[in-house]
Amino acid sequence: MKRLSWVNLDRRIYSRNVRDYMTIAVLLKQVPDTTAKIAVSGGRVDQSSVAKWSTSPYDEYALEYALQLKEAGGGDLVAITCGPARSSKMLTDAAAVGVDSMLHVVADTSEMDSTQIQSILAAAIKHCGAEIILCGKQAADTNSGSTGPGVASLLGASCVGMVSEVGIEGDGFIAQRGISSGDERVVVSKPCLFTFDKGLTELRRPNVKGIMMAKKKVIESVSAGDLGVDLGESGVKINSHAPPPEKPPGQKFEGAESVPTVVAKLREEANVI
Amino acid sequence: MDITIIAESNGNELHPVTSQLVGAASTLGGTVTVLCPGGIGEKEASEISGVAKVVSLKGDCFSSFDSGAWSHVMTPHCGDGIVMGSSSPSGRELAAQIASKMGVPVVQDLTGIDNGLMMTRSIYSGKAVETSNASGSCVITLRQNAFEAASLGGSAEVVTVDSSSEVSVAVKEAIAKAGERLDVSEADIIISGGRGMGDPANFSHLNEVADIIGAAVGASRAAVDSWDEIPHSMQVGQTGKTVNPSLYIAVGISGAIQHLAGMRSSKYIVAINKDPDAPIFGVADYGIVATWEEALPSLRDELANL
Repeated sequence: MKRLSWVNLDRRIYSRNVRDYMTIAVLLKQVPDTTAKIAVSGGRVDQSSVAKWSTSPYDEYALEYALQLKEAGGGDLVAITCGPARSSKMLTDAAAVGVDSMLHVVADTSEMDSTQIQSILAAAIKHCGAEIILCGKQAADTNSGSTGPGVASLLGASCVGMVSEVGIEGDGFIAQRGISSGDERVVVSKPCLFTFDKGLTELRRPNVKGIMMAKKKVIESVSAGDLGVDLGESGVKINSHAPPPEKPPGQKFEGAESVPTVVAKLREEANVI
Repeated sequence: MDITIIAESNGNELHPVTSQLVGAASTLGGTVTVLCPGGIGEKEASEISGVAKVVSLKGDCFSSFDSGAWSHVMTPHCGDGIVMGSSSPSGRELAAQIASKMGVPVVQDLTGIDNGLMMTRSIYSGKAVETSNASGSCVITLRQNAFEAASLGGSAEVVTVDSSSEVSVAVKEAIAKAGERLDVSEADIIISGGRGMGDPANFSHLNEVADIIGAAVGASRAAVDSWDEIPHSMQVGQTGKTVNPSLYIAVGISGAIQHLAGMRSSKYIVAINKDPDAPIFGVADYGIVATWEEALPSLRDELANL
C-alpha cells in the first residue's frame, strides 16, 4: 500500500514552527464492538446486553494520526468523549497510547439529535482550547457521519472529510482525502477538523508502561451544563428500534453443477440479470 | 411544505441519485426546488418531473469540494421545510454543515420516509432498524437506490445565482483512482470475494464474472486485512461500505457478523461456499455449496451465454 512520508520529515524543522501553540483534540465514541450481537428490547437497542464495548473503529485512526501530529509538531493532545460513565475506560485506553489529557462530558446521548451532540462537543473543544480536531468519519453505532462536519461548522473550522492520512506542512496541514473521483491531497490551516476513513497506517497498541501511566492520569469529568450548553428539546424523536426484517429462508443447492439452475432462477424468479 | 434538494454530481453530469431524491420528495408532497452546486446538471435537473425550480449556484468555490464554503453559499437557498441530499460521503458532509448553519437536526442515510415524515434508517450497520420523527425543519440524506426515481418530462425554471465563498481547503494534488472498476457503493450488482479465494490473484476470476454482467467487485474484511492487493475501498461490511444492490454474489465468504451487516439489505443474495454450515447461507436467497474453483467457471459461462 502506498505510504506518504511527510510525517517522518525532520521533526526539528517543524517543531520550531508549531510547538507551543498546537492543541489537538481527538473526538472518541464508545460503541458496541463490531463483533457484538445487537439485541432489541422494548423498542430500543438493549445496551445492557452488549458483550463488549470498544472505541469506534474510525475514531481509532483519528487517534493514531492525532498522536502522529503531536509527535511531529509538538503540542498537547486531548481526548474528548460525550457518553455515559462506561465511556471513561476508552479515555484511559487512549491515555495508554499517549494522549496527554482527557475530557469526559458525561451524558446519555442515545436519544439526542445531531444539534445537541454537536453543541456539547463544540463547547468541549473550546473548553480545551483545541484548534486542530480529529474524529472518525462516522460512528459504528449510529452510522451517521454528522458530528465532524457539524462541529466544524459550529467552530468555524475548515472541514476535511474521508481522510486517510494527515501530516504537518509548513504552518498548516496536508491531508489525503477520498472524493468520488479518487483521492486528493489538500492543504488547510488551523482551525481545522479532519474526519477519518480507514487510515494508511497501522494502529499502535499500548505497552505496559503506557498502561501504568494511564492509570494515574485524571479524567476531567463535566456535564453539558458545566460547559454552558443549554440542550433544549431533541428535534428528532426516536419512535422505535427493531431487529432487521427477517428474510424468508433461501434455496440451497449442492455442487457446482447447480450453477445453471441458480442462474436461470436469477433470471426468471428474481429478474435481476 | 418546501423541499429543497441538493443535486448530486458525477463529474460534470447530474448523478442519477438526484432523480431518486426528487422521486422521494414527490411522495411527501410540497414544492420541490433543486440546488445545483457549481451549476452542474442544471439542465438535466430541470427536466426531472416534479421539480418546480432549479437554482444553479455558480461560484469559484465550487471548483473543488469544501463543505464549509459550499454550505455557506447554499444554506441561504434552503427552504424552511425539508432539505434533502444523497448519503454519499460528500453528501453527508454537506448535509451536516447545512443543518448546523440552519440550526436544525440532520438525519442521515434514510431508506424510507412517509408523508407523516416517519423516517427509517438502519443503525449498527444493519444490525437494527430505527424509525424516528422530526418535529420541525430538518436536513435528511437518502440512501442511493432505496427510492424510486422520478421520471423525466419536467420543464422547471432555472435561476442562476452568482455567489462564492472563501475556500479554506486547497487542493494541492489529485491522485487518480487506483482502478477503473465500478465502486461497490454505486453498483447494482456486486460480486465479492473472501479469504476463501485463497490468494488475491484469484480475484481475477471475480473480475471476469463482473465484466460480463457489469458488476462491481467487493471483498470481505478478512480478505482486505489479509492481502495488501485488496484495498479497503473494496470492503463491504461494518467498517467498510454498506451496500444494497439488486444482486450480491458472495464467493468464499463465510459471513462474519460485520459482513452480513453491510450487505444483508441486498435485494437478492447468492452465496458460493464450500462449507455447507457457513453463516452466509443464512441470508442467501440462493446458496451453492461448492468450491469457487468449480463454481466460478460455470457461472462465467452461464452468464456469458445469457
